[in-house]
Amino acid sequence: MFIVKFRKIFYGISALLFIISIGAMCVWGLNFGIDFKGGTSVGFQYANERPTIEVVKAEIDSLTFSPSISGSYTLVPTGDKGYNLSLRTITEEERVALVAAISANTANPVTVNNFNSIGPVLGQEAAQKSLISIILVILCIVLFLTFAFRKVSQPVSSWKYGIISIVALMHDVIIPTGVFVILGHYFAGFEIGTLFVTAILVILGFSIHDTIVVFDRVRENLKNNRSEKHPRPFDGVVGMSISQTFIRSINTSLTTMLAIFVVYLIGPAATKDFSLTLIIGIFCGTYSSIFIGSNLLVTVQKFQDRKKK
Amino acid sequence: MIKRRFWAVILILASFIIGYFVYSTESGTSAWKFKLGLDLNGGTELAYKPDLTNSSSTPAEVQSSMSVLRDVIERRVNLFGVSEPVVRVERIGYTGSADEQQLIVDLPGVTDIDKAVAMIGATPTLDFRLLATSSEKLSDLDLQAKIKKDGIDSVFEYTGLTGKLLQKSQLQFDQTTGAGMVALQFNSDGSKLFAQITKNNVDRRLAIFLDGAIQSMPVIKEEIDGGQAVISGNFSGSAGIKEAKALVDSLNLGALPVPIQLISTQTVGASLGQNAVDASTKAGVIAFIVIAIFLILVYRLPGLLAVVALMTYTAINMALFKLIPVTLTAAGIAAFILSIGMAVDANILIFERMKEELKRGRELGDAVQEGFHRAWTSIRDSNISSMITAVILFMFSSTSVVKGFALVFFIGVAVSMFTAITASRTLLLAIKHDHAGKVLKFLFGGKFKSSNLESKI
Repeated sequence: MFIVKFRKIFYGISALLFIISIGAMCVWGLNFGIDFKGGTSVGFQYANERPTIEVVKAEIDSLTFSPSISGSYTLVPTGDKGYNLSLRTITEEERVALVAAISANTANPVTVNNFNSIGPVLGQEAAQKSLISIILVILCIVLFLTFAFRKVSQPVSSWKYGIISIVALMHDVIIPTGVFVILGHYFAGFEIGTLFVTAILVILGFSIHDTIVVFDRVRENLKNNRSEKHPRPFDGVVGMSISQTFIRSINTSLTTMLAIFVVYLIGPAATKDFSLTLIIGIFCGTYSSIFIGSNLLVTVQKFQDRKKK
Repeated sequence: MIKRRFWAVILILASFIIGYFVYSTESGTSAWKFKLGLDLNGGTELAYKPDLTNSSSTPAEVQSSMSVLRDVIERRVNLFGVSEPVVRVERIGYTGSADEQQLIVDLPGVTDIDKAVAMIGATPTLDFRLLATSSEKLSDLDLQAKIKKDGIDSVFEYTGLTGKLLQKSQLQFDQTTGAGMVALQFNSDGSKLFAQITKNNVDRRLAIFLDGAIQSMPVIKEEIDGGQAVISGNFSGSAGIKEAKALVDSLNLGALPVPIQLISTQTVGASLGQNAVDASTKAGVIAFIVIAIFLILVYRLPGLLAVVALMTYTAINMALFKLIPVTLTAAGIAAFILSIGMAVDANILIFERMKEELKRGRELGDAVQEGFHRAWTSIRDSNISSMITAVILFMFSSTSVVKGFALVFFIGVAVSMFTAITASRTLLLAIKHDHAGKVLKFLFGGKFKSSNLESKI
């Protein structure tokens, strides 16, 4: 079956995407949002004509905060009447002064649509926790897989199923992150925050969902294979399992992607980046389960055989 | 057969009833309305970190300090008539250290941060400390200098008598000067502690700290038994009396057992929130329709049954959101829509198995049974891993947004397992499938093009 036969090509595609993603992350860095860096983000809107960005910048620069914010903030227009401002964490008094400045002392009334202020310590804690949760999820899933497939020790031992799934999962974390970094470089606003991490965790859970379905098939076919008159070779079993579960994997991913796509198109602005990440991730997850995870089983088995000889 | 049809009908009826419950409790002032988070409702969320450096560090006592703090802040907030404010203590870590408690104040509908922060306000912290015997001979000026140089702890001993133990405060007037006085009445624990301190430390000075500043430092003459003390000396004249009254009010509204520090604020304007609700609802409905069309196109009759099962799923989920209750945020709704897409998965697993069994030549009834039986291990294992993810997300989330998401996701996965096994199964088995003819077999997907596709892969 051609997915197994051409597995080297699929490994190659993944490796390429992997390298591009890591490269992007090294060159451009991860664009952390205030969730992790700490800071303040203010979304405001003018009731009347929106002044130009230079005017607003001048108003902000005229504020005398200490430490000064001049030059260390980002101002981005949103919609027709609003702006989004990101800067370091500000105190209550500074906030009041800021609102006064951007509304030119109420000459140009402003509604603050949303205001998020996160202290740097909280931001750091959030970053640490996110990292821990990603590692923990991967660990738990591997342990669970090893347990669930404990009776399938031939020809590939059960813990190897777990390890292989790690490779697939790494694929599912690195590539969406890479895409996000690339998008963030060319378009403003793609920040890595707690919602992004949540999306990654969902992708991990979902990708394993897929992987398990294929592995479960392999498990069942191996069991049946043993009692066959002419038992198939391992790669034949894997190939058969993939083809049997192919339709199901595609359909499930399709329904989930359709649902999320709808959310991306017409859902609220707050979840746009989130849904985009999910779409990319589900696509990667499905790809990794079908084309990488199961193929790795074959590769591992062949490697073991070569070593024995 | 009749029994199966009976259960199928019961199932559909139950779904309608649940659905009606969900629908009817949305309007008016029902107690079962959906609880919307800040980003959908508009409002302010403030997070405070308590300073526990001087309190006891056993988890039980930390916990009790936090609950007293919670009650105090809640009393303040309620005074301002905010509808449904929520003041809660949240643990943000699991290592058991005191550092991980946060106080979260949710003020729905309050979009003016100034007002919100003022409500919480600078609540006074009350603290009684003993002047160290080594510093007794120092004059007031020298005392100030020493405090500045070596810190308060070098000069004063912590006694454990704090605002936490205060029961009531009253404004009194000095008989001779007419100046204001702040009378304190401690609760029973406080009275006992106060009696003990005064009994063991006669002739020493007991300093009364208010917000970290020394109010007065009387000498202990004798054991004071009834738990009563008076702060006097600084409140003369009408201005002083006003100040004393303000202090009494603050203390009564609750002297904070621990000082707090604002660590993060979040406001979302109400109209932004409303837009989000509308967009989310629209997205949800359209996503459901799209999935339904897909299911019917690909799986025909079982697909239609799956759609009915999905409607049951949606109804049960929404009812659970109302009953638990779960606070819905924009991300939470996205999680719900995601779980609808994934709930389809269990059904798809079963149907694909069924089609396979049909291809192998089984009778329709057997194919359905086998489909369920074989698909179950896949369904169970893959859903468990999703639930592991949800649990870890829930435990390690640092914001309520992510917590809400994890909860919705977990409920979604659990309910989807339930409906796949019960709802889909009941509906499928209710279709008459003895001696199934060609038409029925076709409707069940017996001859679908995919069979050609499979052999080529």
